[in-house]
Amino acid sequence: MSAPVASQAAATTPETAKPLLSVRDLRKHFAIRGGILSRVVDKVHAVDGVSFDIKAGETLGVVGESGCGKSTTGRCILRLIEPSSGEVWFQGADVMKMDHNALQAMRRDMQIIFQDPYASLNPRLTIGAIIGEALIIHKLVKSRQEMEDRVVQLLETVGLRPDHMRRFPHEFSGGQRQRIGIARALAVEPKLLICDEPVSALDVSIQAQVINLLEDLQEQFGLTYLFIAHDLSVVEHISTRIAVMYLGRVVEIAPAAELYDTPIHPYSEALLSAVPIPDPTVKRKRIMLEGDVPNPIRPPSGCHFHTRCPIARPDCSQRSPVLEEKRPGHWAACHYRD
Amino acid sequence: MVEPLLDIRGLKTWFKTDDGMVRAVDGVDLHIDRGETLGVVGESGCGKTVTARSVLKLIDMPPGRFEAGQILWQGRDLIPLSMDEMDKIRAKEIAIIFQEPMTSLNPVYTVGDQIAEVIALHQKLSRKQAIAGAAEMLRLVNIPNPERRVHDYPHQFSGGMRQRVMIAMALSCQPKLLIADEPTTALDVTIQAQILELMQEMKERFGMAIMLITHAMGVVAETCQRVTVMYAGNVVEEASVEALFGDPRHPYTQGLIRSIPRVDRSAEKKQRLEAIAGTVPNLLEPPPGCRFAARCKFAMDVCTQGLPPLKEVGPGHYVRCVL
Ligand SMILES: Nc1ncnc2c1ncn2[C@@H]1O[C@H](COP(=O)(O)OP(=O)(O)OP(=O)(O)O)[C@@H](O)[C@H]1O
Ligand SMILES: Nc1ncnc2c1ncn2[C@@H]1O[C@H](COP(=O)(O)OP(=O)(O)OP(=O)(O)O)[C@@H](O)[C@H]1O
Ligand code: SF4
Ligand code: SF4
Ligand SMILES: [Mg+2]
Ligand SMILES: [Mg+2]
Repeated sequence: MSAPVASQAAATTPETAKPLLSVRDLRKHFAIRGGILSRVVDKVHAVDGVSFDIKAGETLGVVGESGCGKSTTGRCILRLIEPSSGEVWFQGADVMKMDHNALQAMRRDMQIIFQDPYASLNPRLTIGAIIGEALIIHKLVKSRQEMEDRVVQLLETVGLRPDHMRRFPHEFSGGQRQRIGIARALAVEPKLLICDEPVSALDVSIQAQVINLLEDLQEQFGLTYLFIAHDLSVVEHISTRIAVMYLGRVVEIAPAAELYDTPIHPYSEALLSAVPIPDPTVKRKRIMLEGDVPNPIRPPSGCHFHTRCPIARPDCSQRSPVLEEKRPGHWAACHYRD
Repeated sequence: MVEPLLDIRGLKTWFKTDDGMVRAVDGVDLHIDRGETLGVVGESGCGKTVTARSVLKLIDMPPGRFEAGQILWQGRDLIPLSMDEMDKIRAKEIAIIFQEPMTSLNPVYTVGDQIAEVIALHQKLSRKQAIAGAAEMLRLVNIPNPERRVHDYPHQFSGGMRQRVMIAMALSCQPKLLIADEPTTALDVTIQAQILELMQEMKERFGMAIMLITHAMGVVAETCQRVTVMYAGNVVEEASVEALFGDPRHPYTQGLIRSIPRVDRSAEKKQRLEAIAGTVPNLLEPPPGCRFAARCKFAMDVCTQGLPPLKEVGPGHYVRCVL
């Protein structure tokens, strides 16, 4: 059942450049409790053997079904939740072995922007305090004046006004709150930014601003992104490479343009065909996935996708396909597609 | 002319804050006919959610207040109604799915209890039957293992599943109008496709109308008959979906359509998106004229002198612009 760690590890590492981040066979199982005694009755295999690399300066996009483990992967990398097993290497250091202090120091270089701009901002703090907090924790400013100047600069970087500093999160709309989250993450000048659905809550003209902003920041500061989103058009636009996840596993990794032009995995293909096209005159043939969304507590045997796969064959429920390099730099996990 | 199901006229919903009055919704006109799907799009913070919540009178007052306008539900103004009368409308006629599923689900009750509560408003059922009904609703929205998951709490579901729970709850009251505030924003596309199909199915089965608030212009293009575009508390354009995408007239709408990343146009790949420069005006002191003037590349002196009226530029196509 497990992913082909060794071979895949070697091959997902690009020839020369040492990756900024390496994830190896990462797993996270959540206990499900039930009954009057709250015993552990089951577990969810939220992340089930995920491996990938990210080079400095690139953007790895992550897409996949709701609940497939994208956010859990992002949070495990930062150890905001503890992985059940696996390895995470960041700038050559073993993240799993870090103590509290080392972890705090590492988090200056690796920041996260959350999916839910409503839950992630402390409602009792002003925007100035929310952004300023990180500057103080990491001792990046020496005086109150310096902090305010930096906060104003950050607000302007993300397209907000200086006077927003004294307001509270509930006074902002969803889009404005997401920009506050980006300003907070940028405050400590990180190297890697894990963006968990950073533009999902924004309308398109602001989305374009934020995407352009993230692209500019990447160019300006050499930032590296792990970009999680469900909007494939956005992921396609911003990513260097894209990983497609299904039920806790990576089923395909490829350069962005190649994935869109010639997907290998049937799930990627269905996903792409389901992207709504903003043109009422275009009517496309859609591959509607049949069947229930599989239960991550008891994922389908063999290939996790076999219950919904339009080209599944009998042995797909027996044998679990491994991620193989089907074309140079293009990996997919399917027995019957090359 | 047939009376619209919902007809919002000149609605102004303002909020009193320490800094002054925030004119969140400042003269909105929109209507929805029976059985149709109206898309409502617009800049973040332009007042879509406040408009939607105003319809159900889910605005905290104070700090909010209705400054002007009417909300005609089947011809009857909702604004003067008492809380009891509104509760009846909320329970049986208009349902809403919110933008933020986590804050609108109660974290201390199981999702089964929360759906059962809505079902119990309509039918006299035992608790056991209501929970079974809740499981049936969860199955309808494709939650795996529904008999078991009714006993779970909201935090045990992923973001996408929570939104499906919200939809199950809203559909439980078989409403005439479903107001869906960003219902698929947190979902990936295959589930989005299923949910939009599900909403379409419910719409046909119950003759339900939908007010769909969304940022996904692709979703609008594929599901709506008409579209209302809002900007800074005003409606700036209203058109059929074909006219809106084929012949957008307001400079804001034009910018909006050009800022969408398009998977289907590979030749344009890796081109920079066309973002509309600047930010929305401060709703504390909205500029006197066209509210888009500060960001508009066609702005002229006349634009800042007074708010341009909504004028008809084609059948059912209205634009608030002097051009
Ligand atoms: N604290 C938890 N306890 C139990 N199960 C959990 C917990 N957090 C997540 N899960 C489960 O783990 C799986 C993966 O969840 P995760 O939030 O990582 O998905 P996701 O890919 O980010 O989904 P979405 O696109 O909906 O945000 C889901 O089945 C979810 O129900
Ligand atoms: N309780 C409140 N107090 C003060 N201002 C408020 C309050 N609620 C909303 N607003 C303001 O009203 C305006 C409209 O907010 P609304 O939530 O309707 O925007 P929206 O169009 O739904 O935006 P989004 O697309 O980001 O969800 C915003 O500028 C917001 O800051
Ligand atoms: S291995 Fe079989 S079930 Fe899985 S994607 Fe390939 S064909 Fe479909
Ligand atoms: S009224 Fe003037 S400023 Fe407003 S959209 Fe039209 S041209 Fe632009
Ligand atoms: Mg997530
Ligand atoms: Mg809103």
